[in-house]
Formats: sequence, C-alpha cells, structure tokens
Amino acid sequence: MGKWGYVGMLAFTVAGSFWLEVVFKVRVLKRITRALRAIAPIVLLFLIWDAVAIKHGDWFFDSKQILGIFGPFHIPLEEYLFFLVVPLAAIMTIEAVRRVKRDKSDWLIGDEE
Amino acid sequence: MSYTFTAIAFVAASIFFDLKITKIGLLRRRAFWTSYAIILPFQLLTNWWLTSRNIVMYRSGAIIGVRIAAAPLEDLLFGFALILGVLSMWVRLGKRS
Repeated sequence: MGKWGYVGMLAFTVAGSFWLEVVFKVRVLKRITRALRAIAPIVLLFLIWDAVAIKHGDWFFDSKQILGIFGPFHIPLEEYLFFLVVPLAAIMTIEAVRRVKRDKSDWLIGDEE
Repeated sequence: MSYTFTAIAFVAASIFFDLKITKIGLLRRRAFWTSYAIILPFQLLTNWWLTSRNIVMYRSGAIIGVRIAAAPLEDLLFGFALILGVLSMWVRLGKRS
C-alpha cells in the first residue's frame, strides 16, 4: 500500500457506504448542502481537537503511509477527508435504516414532521 | 491520558448536544442504535487497519492503554461522539425544511 495506506481506509469507507445512495436511494448526496451544514460545525470541533493532539504528539502518522500533503495546523489531507467521508457514511447508514423501517412509527428519528 | 479525558468530554458534550441543544433525542431512538450497531464493526475494522499497520500511532502517555482490535479504547469514544453529534445535527436541520 505504501503511501496509500491511509487513503485505502478512506476508499474502503466510501465503497462500503456510498452504494446506499444508489440501492437504498438514501438521497444524502442529493441533499449535500444539508449534509455539509450538519457536518461542518461538529467536525470543526474535532479538527481543533485533532490539531491540538497532533501538536502535543498524542497521535502521529507514519510519513511513509500517508500522501504527505498537509492542510492547516499540520493535519494530513487524509484526516480532513476522514472528517468528510466518515460523517457522510454515518448519515447514509441512518437514512438506509429508516428507509428499511419506513412506515413504522417506533422507528422515527425526529425530522418526519 | 489526555486523549482519554478529551474523549470522555466529547462523548458527554455530544450527549448534551443531542438531548438539550438540538433536542432531537437520537439516544432514545431505535434507528440510531441500529445504525450505530452497523457502523461499529466497520469502525473496528478500519481502526484496526490504521493502528495495526502503524499508519496512526499514539503516545503511550496519552492513552489509558486498553486496546480493542489494535486500536485504543479511546477511539471508540471518539467515534461515538462524532457520529452522535453529526447525526443529531443532520436530523435537526431536517426539521426546518
């Protein structure tokens, strides 16, 4: 895998979730503005945490297994993509669950009205 | 144990956010826990990939030292807080439209 090691994990997450958009018609990518508005404020807090943890050396990355592209605060590109791909996968998952369980009142999640 | 303490704080904040800020209460909904049960094995698998291959490494003083599938226990708290926060916000935004 070499420098694609971390990217491989991201690709696996995309492959494991984005098919829900097609097969279960979860319409998350079609509502990408709402998705990004949900993700951005939460992920901002996690990126601050990430930046502080990296600065303190709480966690660190094998420079041979990442692409070596860094964004602000010395956070690798893969980390920024992680905080986009993983939340999207989570939203697709709950939308797929509700789609399977539609019309069942005890499976509502709160935005039906 | 800075990762440990921050992870616990983020979990507490995400619970507060879901129950008191968005007032969605995903924590009380079957659809959330079913989704989390689907996501968790994938998190364990992808975490195992990142940690067992030493793509991501942790300072031993930052974690409590308990590992599950190669990854620090704290990663599970991190993942839970991220997912709960994002999903609660996602549902909250859906109420307006």
